Amino acid sequence: MKKRALPRVLLLLSGGLLLLSITRVVSGANDLTSTGTMSAAFGLAVPIGLAGLGGLWSERAGVANIGLEGMMILGTFGAGWAGWQYGAWVGLVTAVIFGALGGLLFGLATVTFGVDQIVAGTAINILGLGLTQFLAKLLFTTAPGGGATQSPLIFGELPTFTLDAVANPLNQLQKKDLFLISDISGMISGLFYQLSILTILTVALFGFTKWLLWNTAFGLRLRSAGENPWAAESLGVRVNFYKYFAVIVSGALAGLAGAYLAIVATGVYRGGQTAGRGFIGLATMIFGNWRPGGTAVGAAIFGYIDTLQLRDDANIRGLVLFGTLLLLVISALLLKSGRRNSGIAFMIFGIVMGSAFLSANSFPPEVAQVAPYLTTLIVLATAAQRLRPPSADGIPYRKGETH
Amino acid sequence: MNHLKKLGNSLLAPLLALFLAMVVTSIILVAFGSNVVMVFQQMWGYGSKASSIALILNLATTYYLSAVAVAIGFKMNLFNIGVNGQYLLGGMTAAAVAGRLTLPGYLAIPITILVAIVVAAAWAGIAGWLKVSRGVSEVISTIMLNFIALGIISYTIVRTNVGEEIAVNVRGTRKIPTSGQMPGFTFPNSNIEVYGFIFIAIFIGIGYWFLLNRTRFGYDLRASGMSPSAAVASGVDSKKMTLYAMLISGAIAGLVALPDLLGSSHTYTLNFPTGFGFTGIAIALLGRNNPLGIAFGALLWAFLDVSSQQLDLVGVPREIVTILQGVTVLAVVIAYEIVRRNKVKAQQRDVGLALADNKEGLVL
Repeated sequence: MKKRALPRVLLLLSGGLLLLSITRVVSGANDLTSTGTMSAAFGLAVPIGLAGLGGLWSERAGVANIGLEGMMILGTFGAGWAGWQYGAWVGLVTAVIFGALGGLLFGLATVTFGVDQIVAGTAINILGLGLTQFLAKLLFTTAPGGGATQSPLIFGELPTFTLDAVANPLNQLQKKDLFLISDISGMISGLFYQLSILTILTVALFGFTKWLLWNTAFGLRLRSAGENPWAAESLGVRVNFYKYFAVIVSGALAGLAGAYLAIVATGVYRGGQTAGRGFIGLATMIFGNWRPGGTAVGAAIFGYIDTLQLRDDANIRGLVLFGTLLLLVISALLLKSGRRNSGIAFMIFGIVMGSAFLSANSFPPEVAQVAPYLTTLIVLATAAQRLRPPSADGIPYRKGETH
Repeated sequence: MNHLKKLGNSLLAPLLALFLAMVVTSIILVAFGSNVVMVFQQMWGYGSKASSIALILNLATTYYLSAVAVAIGFKMNLFNIGVNGQYLLGGMTAAAVAGRLTLPGYLAIPITILVAIVVAAAWAGIAGWLKVSRGVSEVISTIMLNFIALGIISYTIVRTNVGEEIAVNVRGTRKIPTSGQMPGFTFPNSNIEVYGFIFIAIFIGIGYWFLLNRTRFGYDLRASGMSPSAAVASGVDSKKMTLYAMLISGAIAGLVALPDLLGSSHTYTLNFPTGFGFTGIAIALLGRNNPLGIAFGALLWAFLDVSSQQLDLVGVPREIVTILQGVTVLAVVIAYEIVRRNKVKAQQRDVGLALADNKEGLVL
């Protein structure tokens, strides 16, 4: 089973690329696979991916975390507040600490007091918003260059790297405008162009999480708290310790996502700058079946769609065509494997989308705005039975109680 | 006497939570050099003025509807986070229809209400359908549907002719004609009109109580929420109940935008207040899904929101009230949990004592 996994991923990846370059040629949306787009998409994927990874940590230990958004807001504030006074690095650390404190409070409510996790998450979201708005008004209004909802500029920058040896030749190749080859080289060179250190750190954190949670005894115990805490307890696992650990890490990662938005993406704390990314992160985690690899792919897709929305109108039309082709291919695969109903449903979706593509010359940005959420909803609707959340996810656990 | 004791017990947790929240906010205020007594005095002074009370009643009407919508879901262990998207989409559609209706009020207003209910219920129904037929958690699907609703609304208002330029650089639905607006009444000693919709909200509260406590449907609903397996065993179709609960929750969510639309703004713009859905969750928790409890919660929340307007003028950020509300929500669920644990412990002790007595009897 495991041996077959890699070729399948590669097959999917190359199939996706082929579709994308066909789309680019047909729709003439050349930005679809350019270095700039990929570089921006990678950047936008980072905060979403970090939030998703935060959600993964928490839910793997059995705590459903919809408070990610609030913890992320705490992170943006921490980065802005410490960042304008002591520089970007201190801002980064402060953001992580603030996020972790949000996680600690969330743990206090959900682990120690065992209250409903969705409710506690909602409360954290209200608190994170209120606390930061209150403090921003108090601390930033009188600060030079700050305002009631915005911090002064964070000074100092986190280093960025461009791997010229890879990026330059690929960039040349992209300009040649060859079918498929230019697309691939453009996209790959985008991955090595002006990488923030936080982006590199994020990639490393994904790998580290995968290793820690799936290849060590520590990870096994943590996941056992999310699958069957009662059985874990009977084997001597300190379930509450692992749950606390997981929600604090979860908060720290959400805080880091906030730091990225404040320090790297904008250079200031600004009210509302998270814009629901905590929830999108949660969606990517579900999309990715509560696994690091899947979450990363989800974040990449969402980041990519997010980027297209900010760029040329033609890209959105390209996106619609890409969606159409993708739906039709999935439909064909489903029909071939005998799942008739799902296959027909996908075909209808595809035909609707295809006729939209043919009938309109341009699409409003709202199409790209809702695309990630619609995608998640369709994935959930078609694959919910195949997704496997941790068995005890969302269920309060109390030491010594049987279930 | 027993009733009084019961009432006291159920009031204890929310009061305790509110007290704790006030202590926490006081500490924050002191830490940032504000005079706590002055802050609460200012809030009380401003909040108890006649014009403020009228505003509080209006806001509480909206909050109440949102909280009842959430509470119906809660009764069946359904978490309708989508009230936000449901009321916005329902409100926008209803406003668009109402703006084009040239009928007398007794026809126009019911049609407007019906449109809001149908659209919002259908939107919630998507989540309900996904839950029963595809096993998708309603928490996630309603979060997604919220964002999708925002996209649809922004598209409709900005890019289609449903939206019109109603002021410089402000697009909104066509203004609802006077005949389609809902009259209110002027609050004594003020020049502020209280929404006529407040009576519909009260009616909804009574209907909610009746549905839950006096109908077969309500019984099945509560049974499914308390013990799904027992309900199924006694012949309740849990899938049907889930779908119905979601539809009713959505239908009431559809009303949330209407007090404002029919009573004061008369047009739906992109600035229409969002977030009432989350307020509703907090208030439903505070009021323990009880129609009267929710009413108290809604009034309290509205009082906090209205009276905080004064704080910015005396140099204290009014967001301190959001902190107060957040801590209250967290504290109230913790307080309920502690009360529940104590109750379980007391029950176990009683059972243990009774068994011990009995055993002695057997030995003899």
